[in-house]
Amino acid sequence: MSTDPQTTPYRPPALEFKSSTFSVPVLILFDNDMVIIEQQLQEKVRQAPEFFKNSPLVFDLQELNKQEREVDIAELTKIIRKLNLLPIGIRGGTAQQNQQAITQGIPVHSIHSGSTSTPAPAPAETVKPKKITPKPDPKTEPAISTLITQPIRSGQRLYAEGDLIVLAQVSAGAEILAEGNIHVYGTLRGRALAGVQGNQEARIFCSDLQAELISIAGTYKISEDLDESVRGKPVQIYLQNENLIIQDL
Amino acid sequence: MARIIVVTSGKGGVGKTTTSAAISMGLAKKGYKTAVIDFDVGLRNLDLVMGCERRVVYDFINVINGEANLNQALIRDKHCEQLYILPASQTRDKDALSVEGVGKILEELSKEFQYIVCDSPAGIEKGAHLAMYFADDAFVVTNPEVSSVRDSDRMLGLLSSKSRRAEQNEEPIKEYLLLSRYSPDRVKLGEMLSVKDVQEILSLHLLGVIPESKSVLNASNSGIPVILDQKSDAGQAYADIVARYLGEEKPHRFIDEKKGIFGKLFGGK
Repeated sequence: MSTDPQTTPYRPPALEFKSSTFSVPVLILFDNDMVIIEQQLQEKVRQAPEFFKNSPLVFDLQELNKQEREVDIAELTKIIRKLNLLPIGIRGGTAQQNQQAITQGIPVHSIHSGSTSTPAPAPAETVKPKKITPKPDPKTEPAISTLITQPIRSGQRLYAEGDLIVLAQVSAGAEILAEGNIHVYGTLRGRALAGVQGNQEARIFCSDLQAELISIAGTYKISEDLDESVRGKPVQIYLQNENLIIQDL
Repeated sequence: MARIIVVTSGKGGVGKTTTSAAISMGLAKKGYKTAVIDFDVGLRNLDLVMGCERRVVYDFINVINGEANLNQALIRDKHCEQLYILPASQTRDKDALSVEGVGKILEELSKEFQYIVCDSPAGIEKGAHLAMYFADDAFVVTNPEVSSVRDSDRMLGLLSSKSRRAEQNEEPIKEYLLLSRYSPDRVKLGEMLSVKDVQEILSLHLLGVIPESKSVLNASNSGIPVILDQKSDAGQAYADIVARYLGEEKPHRFIDEKKGIFGKLFGGK
């Protein structure tokens, strides 16, 4: 596309706002001794340097404030940044602590509704997570499921990181893949591959099986191998001793 | 603002140009100022079906390249004052089309016309992509046989992912199914997919069924859109389709087999 605005009336907008939810590690402090905090944080980072490298972080002062122990926000921020972590929020702070955080360019998040801390507008350059899950642990967090309400047409390919739920049909020549389970509430005529990252517990559920190919964790069956007795019926498909089992629902 | 309709199918020879000619004529006859554009650059056909091939001076590509303005290239139909045809170029290929060029022309046409019908070429390459890119509504023309249905399904996927409305997260293109060259007798013999079969595979709103008819070929050869042949079943089917598209309630016809004179007399099967 040319850059002359006169000749490009269909130029898409350059930006838009959307709300998103992020999961971010929260650092909960129980002590206000900066030396000890630095030591212990350093130790944690050393255990998983790749995970913590440039990781965003929200620090939580609720426990400290319960014990009425003061903490120097500027000093704390410095320590966190020195360890290559990027503080992007404070929560559970007092009004004074919140004010200090704002001057450091750190947005204030409320711990939950009814909290004493008031959310402040985020500075333009920082990403403000809309919601922070209470105990985020990115490693064990369940993957989100994807919901599709439109038919998936021939030639389309869809990948879901968690479960995939399709309320419409999947046409012949279409391909759907999920790291988790696949549910198809229309006719499944295309290819369906569940557990594509090796999850052998993944299953495929569909209300009308006419698939070209079904696969769980790499074990597959093509259309020709499907028994007539399971075709055109609601079934579930799962893996047992490395065999694909197709069972009526 | 004009409503842009693309007539598309994926597969060739299913009746896109016949349909484009018929529905653009139908809309114009209903009093809407309508333009019909031939996107099949390199294989000019629409002007033949519309009977204006001897009046082509400038074409779509000339306008895109700025060698002619729109008013010079638009050909007024001789049957209906409200209808204009923008022919394709026969000497260029589809690479002469560009998103910017097509967008600019459609925008200019939108100021003057109420409906713009884009006659898509077969296939899913550039010409077909640009024909549907700016569309508001899509008429998916399908024949009752498996390969045509499969190609239509593929086209529907592209409509919902590769169009301007899809790319800009706007309300999706409205898709309508037109089942053409339908022959109830052959469906009964199991030689052809039925309306029900096709709808089950495509799950799409059926705008109308156009029966297989000799009048279509006659109309094409004589350069008079079949919709003007009000005696023919195909002409009536297209008239129904235009009426349904404009919001009128019309029961579907031409789905069941015709009863011969004896069938009518005796009511037998």
